[in-house]
Amino acid sequence: MADVRFLLSGDSSVTVEFGNEISPAVNARVRAFTIALEERKLPGIVEVVPTYRSLMVHYDPGVIRYDPLVKELKGLLGQLSHIQIPPSDVLEIPVLYGGEAGPDLNFVAEHNHKTPEEVVKIHTSTEYLIYMLGFTPGFTYLGGMSEEIAAPRLKQPRVKIPAGSVGIAGSQTGVYPIDSPGGWQLIGKTPVRMYDPDRAEPILPKAGEYIKFYAIDQKEFDAIAAQEAAGAYVCKRHPRKEGAQ
Amino acid sequence: MSITVLNPGLLTTVQDMGRVGYQQFGVSVSGVMDPRAAATANILVGNPEDEAVLECTMLGPQLRFDAANTIALTGGDLMATLDGQSLPTYRAIAVQAGQTLRFQAPKTGCRTYIAFTGGLDIPEVMGSRSTYLKAKIGGFQGRKLEKGDVIGFRAPGTPKNLNERYIYPEFIPRPVYTIRVVMGPQDDAFTQQGIATFLGETYSVTNEFDRMGCRMDGPVIQHVTDGNIISDGIAFGAIQVPTEGKPIIMMADRQTTGGYTKIANVISADFRLLGQLKAGDKVKFEKVSIQEAQQALLNQRAALRTLRRAL
Repeated sequence: MADVRFLLSGDSSVTVEFGNEISPAVNARVRAFTIALEERKLPGIVEVVPTYRSLMVHYDPGVIRYDPLVKELKGLLGQLSHIQIPPSDVLEIPVLYGGEAGPDLNFVAEHNHKTPEEVVKIHTSTEYLIYMLGFTPGFTYLGGMSEEIAAPRLKQPRVKIPAGSVGIAGSQTGVYPIDSPGGWQLIGKTPVRMYDPDRAEPILPKAGEYIKFYAIDQKEFDAIAAQEAAGAYVCKRHPRKEGAQ
Repeated sequence: MSITVLNPGLLTTVQDMGRVGYQQFGVSVSGVMDPRAAATANILVGNPEDEAVLECTMLGPQLRFDAANTIALTGGDLMATLDGQSLPTYRAIAVQAGQTLRFQAPKTGCRTYIAFTGGLDIPEVMGSRSTYLKAKIGGFQGRKLEKGDVIGFRAPGTPKNLNERYIYPEFIPRPVYTIRVVMGPQDDAFTQQGIATFLGETYSVTNEFDRMGCRMDGPVIQHVTDGNIISDGIAFGAIQVPTEGKPIIMMADRQTTGGYTKIANVISADFRLLGQLKAGDKVKFEKVSIQEAQQALLNQRAALRTLRRAL
């Protein structure tokens, strides 16, 4: 853990940096440290923000000052190998691909000399690592999409993309959690609410988990949407198997 | 038991001390831009420091009181009047039903806070009453106030010793504001010359300043390579310097994460200045140690406790 850096980020935050690359291995260390720190329940920690390769720790200097905090964090790092870190969950996200729900599916297919069915097959075959959330509530930065279905952003961004839209931009994929403008190629839409401010747990995905998309038809879409509207839908999750793709 | 918005002003929003605990999910903290002023306004009217207040920007609103209550105005002076009578800042004021609060023009600073005894009847969203404009949640229906809005009081009243609840206005405009910073997290992405420029030169606030960030103009701050990093967390007051070399100070509605180098971070005790900056204001950054920064914050909290006891 000698390569871990503590970066001053104002008088009430410190960034614990585990590396300088975007990789599942570095992100796994961020996740492990986040879990260990949450379990430690250190007085004065206000909240933590895991990102690709670091963890920002927001704290109250009225409870714990910088030097003792860093000492605690270093101590925790030293014990990290002894702490049991549970496997990440895989969040199963149903998607209605193509048609009105995914107006750019055909473009993404043509761009890659594939059929729309092949694009859907590739898009649903991967467990995408949620490196971090940011940008808007519930927006996930996912890793692991196949270059075979990569596509450039729209030249003219759309003014309003409905919440739940699933898109591709370059070799990134993701879900729009709220209505927003955007330039991603839209290949489908999920009826699942990634974000609902009135829910007990407002945001569904968590950094360090994985997302796996699966295809549904209009009827299933409507059924899930109705359950979501009634606040009764529970998104499927399962612990990830080691070495799964 | 309410106020009616006759004119919303430029940008008037409900804010408290922010929505804490959801940054890891991409939810901005929001909250008041000048926490010291908002806390002081609350103390003056007998509220907890973190009660929700109205944050008024540059051109204040016109509010008709449909019920009596006690208010205090703090922060910048936007020249308030009550039924035409000019009002002091930093003083608890009894307002009667039927009276109208107006603001004429900004005299000092950028933002005035209006605290109401007993707080405003605004539902909490994710633990906070703060308006988060981008995600359209919190505050009054997730947006800035508009003409015709009616906001209820939760527990209007008169705090004890009403006539003694005042202090000297704390916000004093200056030709150049000295704003203290702690260096980092990416100060190593800048050349020695770049650091010297940042700490030695004067920067001015451009027209692009809002609740998300404050873009500054001034001499270019030199990077070792460029201003891009792998996205990481952003604290309130973080000073981003993208490749073009001009600082952007990240404010209450900032995104939770970002991919630009952050040379330094404004210290919490100086958010009271940061929250009052407006276009054209000049700023010099002064480096302090983390220990000094934290001590300054604790001193400020102690001053607020002393004020509460003194009233």
